[in-house]
Amino acid sequence: MTDAGPSTSRDNWPLWEVFVRAKRGLSHVHSGSLHAPDATLALRNARDLYTRRQEGVSIWVIRSEDITASSPDERDSFFDPAGDKVYRHASFYEVPEDVEYL
Amino acid sequence: MSDPTTTEVPSNAPTGDYTAYLLGLADDALIYAHRLGEWLTRAPQIEEDMALGNVGLDLLGQARSLLTRAGELEGAGRDEDDLAYLRDEREFRNVHLVEQPRGDFGHEMARMLWFASYQHELYSALLDSTDQVLAAVAAKAIKEVAYHRDHAGQWVVRLGDGTEVSHDRMQAGLAAVAPYVAELGDDDRASVAAAEAGVGILPSALVEGTAAHVRAVVAQATLSMPDEPRWRSRGGREGVHSEAMGYLLAEMQHIHRSHPGATW
Repeated sequence: MTDAGPSTSRDNWPLWEVFVRAKRGLSHVHSGSLHAPDATLALRNARDLYTRRQEGVSIWVIRSEDITASSPDERDSFFDPAGDKVYRHASFYEVPEDVEYL
Repeated sequence: MSDPTTTEVPSNAPTGDYTAYLLGLADDALIYAHRLGEWLTRAPQIEEDMALGNVGLDLLGQARSLLTRAGELEGAGRDEDDLAYLRDEREFRNVHLVEQPRGDFGHEMARMLWFASYQHELYSALLDSTDQVLAAVAAKAIKEVAYHRDHAGQWVVRLGDGTEVSHDRMQAGLAAVAPYVAELGDDDRASVAAAEAGVGILPSALVEGTAAHVRAVVAQATLSMPDEPRWRSRGGREGVHSEAMGYLLAEMQHIHRSHPGATW
C-alpha cells in the first residue's frame, strides 16, 4: 500500500476514487468517491462506505487528481471511428455455455 | 450462533451472578453505542460520521445478543428491549468510561482506543467461555472490535503526530479519559463468580494486555501516557453512575417508554 502523503489542507481533504472487487475472478469496479486525509484512511473510509453490506473482498483507492480522463470534447475523434468496425467484435465465435464472465 | 433457547448454561454457573456479568458486558456496549450515535452529523467529515456509526452499530449488535442471553438466564421473561429500555439507572452495570458525555474528536478517539483495546482482550478470553452462546458472541465480536481498535489507533497516531494543536488536543483527550480506565479492570462480585465458573474472565486479567496495546499506539503517536490521575471512577458495575447517565437514559429510553410496543 502506498501512501500519497498526508493532506495539509485543514478544511478539505482530497478526493479519492474507490474501486471494489465483488468477488474473486471479477475486476475491481468503480464504486464512488470519498474524502480522506491520506491513502490509509481512504481505504478505511471506503470499507465503511462501500462494503458495509458485504459488497466486496478487495478495495483499491486512488487520488482523483491522479486519474487522467478523456475529455468530452474529444468524444468524436476518440470513439466515433470505432463505430463501423464490426469486424473488431468477437461476435463470430461461439461461446461455450459454461464460460462465465466473458 | 447456536440457538440460545436450546443452549444450557453450564450447570455450575451461578445464574444470578452470571446474568449480572452478562448485563455488565451488554451495558458497556449499549451505552457506548448510544454515545457514538451522537456523533452522526457531528464528526469532522461525513466519512467519519459513517465510520463512527458503523462502530456504534457493531456495539449495538453485541449488546442485543448479550441482553437477550441475560434475559433468558434471568428467567423473568424480559427480552432485549425490556432490558435496554425499561431498566432504571441503578440497574445498569456499565462502567463510567462509556457514559461520559461526548467531548472533542481527540477525546473520542482516546476513549475508543481504550475501550476497543479492552474489548479485544475481553472477547479473546471469552472465546473459551464454557457458555457456548457467549463464546459465539465473542467469536463474532472479536473481528468487529479489532477494527474499532485499529480505527481509533489510526486517528490517535495521526492527531498525535500531526500538528502542534492536534498533538495537544490528543494528549488532552488521553488525560481526560485516564480517570475512567482503572474501572475496566475492577473485579466486581459478578465477574469473580463468572470467572470461577469458567463462563467469564476476571477483568483484572485483561488490564495488562489492554494497556500494552494503548501504550504502543501512544508511543507511535509521539504522545505520552498521562500521569496517574488523582481520582478514579468506580461503582458502575454496582449501578452507581455519574451525572451524565440519567440524561443519557432519558434520551435513549423516552420513545420506548412514551409509546410502549410501538413499531415501524
